[in-house]
Amino acid sequence: MKQNKTVASTIFDVFNHVFLGIWAIITVLPFLYVLAASFAPDSEIKTRTFFIIPHNPTLLTYKFIFASNYFLRSMLNSVIITVGGTLVNLFFTFTMAYALSKKHFIGRSIVLNGVIFTMLFGGGMIPTYLLVKSLGLLNSYWALWLPGAISPFNFFVVKNFFQEMPQDLEDAARIDGCTEAQVLWKIILPLSKPIIATFALFYGVGHWNSWFGALLYINDAEKWPVQLILRQIVMLSTTLASDLTQFDPNFQPPQESLKMAIIVVATLPIMLLYPWLQKYFIKGMFIGSLKE
Amino acid sequence: MTATTSIWKRLKKDKWLYILALPGILYFIIFRYIPMFGIVVAFQDFNPFLGFWKSPWVGFEHFKTLFTDPDFPMLFRNTLLISFYNLLFYFPVPIILALLINEVRNQVYKRIVQTCVYVPHFVSMVVIASITYVLLSSETGVINNILYSLTGKKIEFLTDPRWFRPLIIIQSIWKEAGWGTIIFLAALSNVDPTLYEAAIVDGATRWQQTWHITIPSIMSTVIILFILRLGHLLDTGFEQIFLMKNPINRSVAEVFDTYVYQVGVTQGAYSYSTAVGLFKSVVGLILIQVSNYLSKKFTETSLF
Repeated sequence: MKQNKTVASTIFDVFNHVFLGIWAIITVLPFLYVLAASFAPDSEIKTRTFFIIPHNPTLLTYKFIFASNYFLRSMLNSVIITVGGTLVNLFFTFTMAYALSKKHFIGRSIVLNGVIFTMLFGGGMIPTYLLVKSLGLLNSYWALWLPGAISPFNFFVVKNFFQEMPQDLEDAARIDGCTEAQVLWKIILPLSKPIIATFALFYGVGHWNSWFGALLYINDAEKWPVQLILRQIVMLSTTLASDLTQFDPNFQPPQESLKMAIIVVATLPIMLLYPWLQKYFIKGMFIGSLKE
Repeated sequence: MTATTSIWKRLKKDKWLYILALPGILYFIIFRYIPMFGIVVAFQDFNPFLGFWKSPWVGFEHFKTLFTDPDFPMLFRNTLLISFYNLLFYFPVPIILALLINEVRNQVYKRIVQTCVYVPHFVSMVVIASITYVLLSSETGVINNILYSLTGKKIEFLTDPRWFRPLIIIQSIWKEAGWGTIIFLAALSNVDPTLYEAAIVDGATRWQQTWHITIPSIMSTVIILFILRLGHLLDTGFEQIFLMKNPINRSVAEVFDTYVYQVGVTQGAYSYSTAVGLFKSVVGLILIQVSNYLSKKFTETSLF
């Protein structure tokens, strides 16, 4: 495809590379600034306009937030919500998708149409809230796990995946005397590892990033995830005051860099996973887009 | 008789399948269908102590209240305008970006650019909104600091109603435009390379190749996404608006979704806010049907 290196073509290439480079830099620059500022004292944030290397780096803010019981508790809550929620999602999505991938499932089209309809219409926030409330799930993590147990879109991608699995393999196993449970456990599950990993990541990132469910259903601030704490501190300007005294009675945490540090910590797990995520997400996205 | 026995036999033979399907089906019934029936509270004066069965019925009372509510025109205008601006300013960006990325021949550079522009998609809306706050706040925000040193003035980005819509659109572009390129890049990777070879033999310039081969090859994807977007005209992205909304910019920021939360959850007006939500859902459903009809008619691809 390398062809006529005309002047116009070369100018375009130069412009294109520069433009995309600038776009990419602008996209990540705010993150880099927040990271740098989280290591800088408040005075530097207020006086220097923009920087990605702090003059007087300090770990004070991080020491403070990692000494804060309230904050650590919220990190732990996020981990519990993410791990538990992802397991719930995987269990519900994969069991149903496997069963519905079989064409001889009685009532299959009724069920599938029923799922499609939920993509078009739903009860909305208040009826769902009233349901969760009347089930007695308020203030329990089940309120964050169950109402979104299956994403219909993900369900269809997984169902299509199972549908395209070679049927001969299962049949052969059955002829060899495998029970249904053994077929599932020894044949289907190992073959499904890549797609399980893809959706574990999909669902996991969703849970780590979610906060509104907790705002709606969890009244007890002790059970809040870190994203909600972040909103409290940055947007509503509350403080981690309760922890101040045990850290040091005279210590006033730097407000601005504290905000930055909490943003960093709330994002960190995703950023650590990102190189790994990228591979899977792009694959997952391609599966989804090709099947549509 | 034989029909029922054969069904019974099939059920028995595949009992594992039905046991596996059961949790999922129960999930859809309980958490997706029961709330649909919960919509009846929109026609009641729902009282949590009386429940669905005993709360008094009021018919379309709440809808009448909604349509005569002084907030209604504001909600409608805000919802439509944010959606419309998104369609106008956000929608083309991933397409253009994908076309530009597709022209990069250096694979390493391409990967670096893609890796960077995908990042914000994985970050939570709270983090995106928080970063927006710390960058734009009028006291310590770095952008206002730069503005101040250049012009001696600061802009109240976060509270000035005039800045709300541009801010929302820019935020959407920053967060999702890069990720949005994936679907177009996938479409572009499926273009038959022999088309380009033939065009080169015919002496087509690069621009002509783009215009006659590349753009037509993603057109169906563009149209489908555009129609899908039209179907969701009333969905403005609840989390983003909710986080960027404050009492001062409310006149431009309050949309149907945030209003439902406001009057329903925080003020406990369950019936009224369910009516608001239902109005939105029904209009949404109609829009999806119309979009689907248009899609069938013009692109011969229907969504369902």
